[in-house]
Amino acid sequence: MADPSPASRRRSGESAPQVFWETKLAVDFMRWRQLTLILSTLLIIASLALLGLRGLNFGLDFTGGTLVEVHFPEAADPQAVRLGLEAQGYGDLVVQSFGAARDVLVRVPPDVVGETATVGDVILQALRADYGDGVVLRRSEFVGPAVGEELREQGGLAMLAALSLVMVYIMFRFTGKFALSAVIALVHDVIITLGAFSLFRWSFDLPSLAAVLAVIGYSLNDTIVVADRIRENFRALRRAEPVAVINQAISQSFGRTLVTSLTTLLVLIALLLFGGSMIEGFAEALVVGVLVGTYSSIYVAANALLLMGVEQKDLLVPEKEGQDQDALL
Amino acid sequence: MSEGPRAGAPGAFLGGAAPRRRAPEQLNRTGWGKGIALLLALVFGVIYAIPNLYPPDYALQLSPREEAEQPLAEAFAVARTALAEAGLESFGATLEDRAALLRFRSNDAQLRAQEVVKEALVRGGFGDNFIVALNLASTTPAWLEDLGAQRMNFGLDLSGGVHFLLEVDMERAVADRLRAFEDEVRTLFRTERLRYLRPVVTEQSARRITIRFRDEADRDEARRLLADRVLEFTVTAELIEDAPALQLTLRPEVVKDIEDYAIDQNLVSLRNRVNELGVSEPLVQRLGRNRIVLDLPGIQDSTRAKDIIGKVANLEFRLVAQPDAPRSDVETYDYEFRAVDLERALIVSGDRVSNAQAGFDPETSMPQVNITLDGRGGQRMNEATRGNIGRSMAILFKETRTRTRYVEIDGETVVRQIPYETQRLISVATIQAALGNRFRITGISQREASDLALLLRAGALAAPMYIVEERTVGASLGEDNIRAGMLSVAVGFGLVLLFMLVYYRLFGLAANVALAVNLVLLTAVMSLLGATLTLPGIAGIVLTVGMAVDANVLIFSRIREELGSRSPQQAIHSGFDRAFVTIFDANLTTFLVAIVLYAIGSGPVKGFAVTLAIGIVTSMFTAIVLTRALINALYGGRRVARLAI
Repeated sequence: MADPSPASRRRSGESAPQVFWETKLAVDFMRWRQLTLILSTLLIIASLALLGLRGLNFGLDFTGGTLVEVHFPEAADPQAVRLGLEAQGYGDLVVQSFGAARDVLVRVPPDVVGETATVGDVILQALRADYGDGVVLRRSEFVGPAVGEELREQGGLAMLAALSLVMVYIMFRFTGKFALSAVIALVHDVIITLGAFSLFRWSFDLPSLAAVLAVIGYSLNDTIVVADRIRENFRALRRAEPVAVINQAISQSFGRTLVTSLTTLLVLIALLLFGGSMIEGFAEALVVGVLVGTYSSIYVAANALLLMGVEQKDLLVPEKEGQDQDALL
Repeated sequence: MSEGPRAGAPGAFLGGAAPRRRAPEQLNRTGWGKGIALLLALVFGVIYAIPNLYPPDYALQLSPREEAEQPLAEAFAVARTALAEAGLESFGATLEDRAALLRFRSNDAQLRAQEVVKEALVRGGFGDNFIVALNLASTTPAWLEDLGAQRMNFGLDLSGGVHFLLEVDMERAVADRLRAFEDEVRTLFRTERLRYLRPVVTEQSARRITIRFRDEADRDEARRLLADRVLEFTVTAELIEDAPALQLTLRPEVVKDIEDYAIDQNLVSLRNRVNELGVSEPLVQRLGRNRIVLDLPGIQDSTRAKDIIGKVANLEFRLVAQPDAPRSDVETYDYEFRAVDLERALIVSGDRVSNAQAGFDPETSMPQVNITLDGRGGQRMNEATRGNIGRSMAILFKETRTRTRYVEIDGETVVRQIPYETQRLISVATIQAALGNRFRITGISQREASDLALLLRAGALAAPMYIVEERTVGASLGEDNIRAGMLSVAVGFGLVLLFMLVYYRLFGLAANVALAVNLVLLTAVMSLLGATLTLPGIAGIVLTVGMAVDANVLIFSRIREELGSRSPQQAIHSGFDRAFVTIFDANLTTFLVAIVLYAIGSGPVKGFAVTLAIGIVTSMFTAIVLTRALINALYGGRRVARLAI
């Protein structure tokens, strides 16, 4: 199938790809594999350390508690607002500017609970007592401690379910070393994405969780496209060195990897810039996930394959699939 | 899943023979059938997506209750006059048989209008006979609505409103049933003059009632009497503290029935109460074993909503006990600084109320509630009062509230919602004559009167509920979210279009057309399925825009690659063919994740999962089939020297 020699392209004389990353010259990506192996290991260790020591900055969805976002008629100083509320007997609150200077967010810790989930109303009334009726409620959220805990459990469960489901899929789709390396790449991406959340203290809420799960899907996309190519090349080039085969596969899919990541990043940047604060965590998680996912599809999965000593014979095991594939080509 | 690569074999799907066997002129043609199918899909998409271009009006809907006697037209006229006087501009008024509609320019005007109209109706003597509900009135042209085309529903984060997650106290529901049965047994034994030993023990946790007797003859007699009443219990004869005893244990399946009944009854009551609040399209839905989701779009005042939905208030009509009544059969309450003993057995409770109206006593102008009992209730009331003229009857007002407490469990502090009951005698009066099914209750405040009337009308809750989650989104934030969401879609879409055009030229143009159609189809499918659009849902659309082009990118990369060794026509052909397996794989993984998200996620996450899943399906269709048709139209069936790719 794919003909790696540039001569064939000259021969055909058709419209040729105009850009260097779509040439069929295999770039020696694996030259940096030791370096990236160290980089990935360091990133994972750092992420795990961050997650272990500092943990995630869980949002209201997962901690439980009360949150009130209000819009003041004119710019309000969060510090003054907090002192005002404290003077009325509501201590232990976090008050911060939110987006614009006239928007203020008040967070009440979960252990301050009103008679019947009305802390938000009480805070709003207290603010209106101080600043007049011009204080407009933007949103108010109350999540009971039990619900917060459940959501956290559900979230972990969702992550495990997503990971195991795609793992089952990979088992069918690929075999042995390929499946394992794809899973390693996935876990790598999820850990580093979560690590970024811990590092930057981004609030981790339900949309962020959804985004991390989407990262699992996205990263697997990339890995599968590359792995498909590696497999294809192993079959086509009967006597090639694994490193050369992988280099070629990555080079062939590199253009696509780059373009898809770029278009996805373009829309995510639009979302980050214009989507508003409620969707920030979602966009952040995906930006990190897409960047890490792109990197891991090139280096992590391939690296894992090479470390496990992938060979031609790894692909000859499923006879039926091999025949099928040949029929395709 | 195991079929992934095989089912996705391009030969099977795209129906092409091996490329080399055909002349270039015959390659890349779209058949008539496929062309027509594509056109139909496009028409379908446009028709069902269009309603989303017609933003709904904020509206107020006026509709009569079942028992309302005054004509709707009169009430409507009063409402319009009041609005004109209040200077609130409305338009597009329509009056039909069972409903009248007024439209407003803003959410704010709509909310103020609701207050004005409600007040005007009460002042105008219409009482609570009409429901004044907030509504979003469709502006979709009639011919589209006739085709079943509707705009997408907005989630609360876009429309503004209140979301509650309520937990039903199941233990209470079971305990109440046990208590009621215990009362029934006592009454039965008393009327049958069967002697039993006190106290009768009810163990809530074991769901068991234990009754002891003097001798076995009494026990056997009791067993005979109870035979057809204890079907819900397993009855065992025991010897407890040297006395022959009967133990009645509630059957597990009955416990489940009680729980289901409690939830169902609470759902019904909640729906009624929400209607009373004036929300026209609420979502009231059971979630899991013991929870209820309640979404009230358009509502801004969550305090008032909370007052009404969570309130467990009921009335009990009971006789004041005779002075010689045994202590275990009476309960003592305070009433105007003295203690009053009431019989434990009740005559009638609030669930026998068929109508309740708040009003004022014409003589004293004190607030009162006029109550009408249903047939059975009236009958019971008559039976109970007929033989007891001269005795006193009391009305007990019961309300359950919850308070939050911290409990230490295994060294961990856990928050518990602890329900507690407040009970108050609101009236004790001498029975002058046998009573029928109409009453009035006085001795309560005006607020209490109107709430009580509302709650009695709506029906009691079978078990108390408390709020475990609450989210209120103000109208201004909702509008901001819509704007932000649409802007991100537009900007993201624009950037991707531009990039594709620059990078893939004519092929990029085809991909762009496919992407635009994908957005239309996605909107159409979501509208048709009645899916709810949320902010994360919009984020899902944005993400779909970015990822949908992946299929085209894969195809185009492959075509560029194939161009090295094949003719343009053959390159197009095998580019599409070979990329298919990869596209299918790549999309399937994301689809799997979307399913997990939908199954496990809650609220907003579900919205994201839905758009993601639908987007994957529509994008596969447009990116593969539609782009192919477009490329075929541009290049197919002729000799081509160069491709603009």
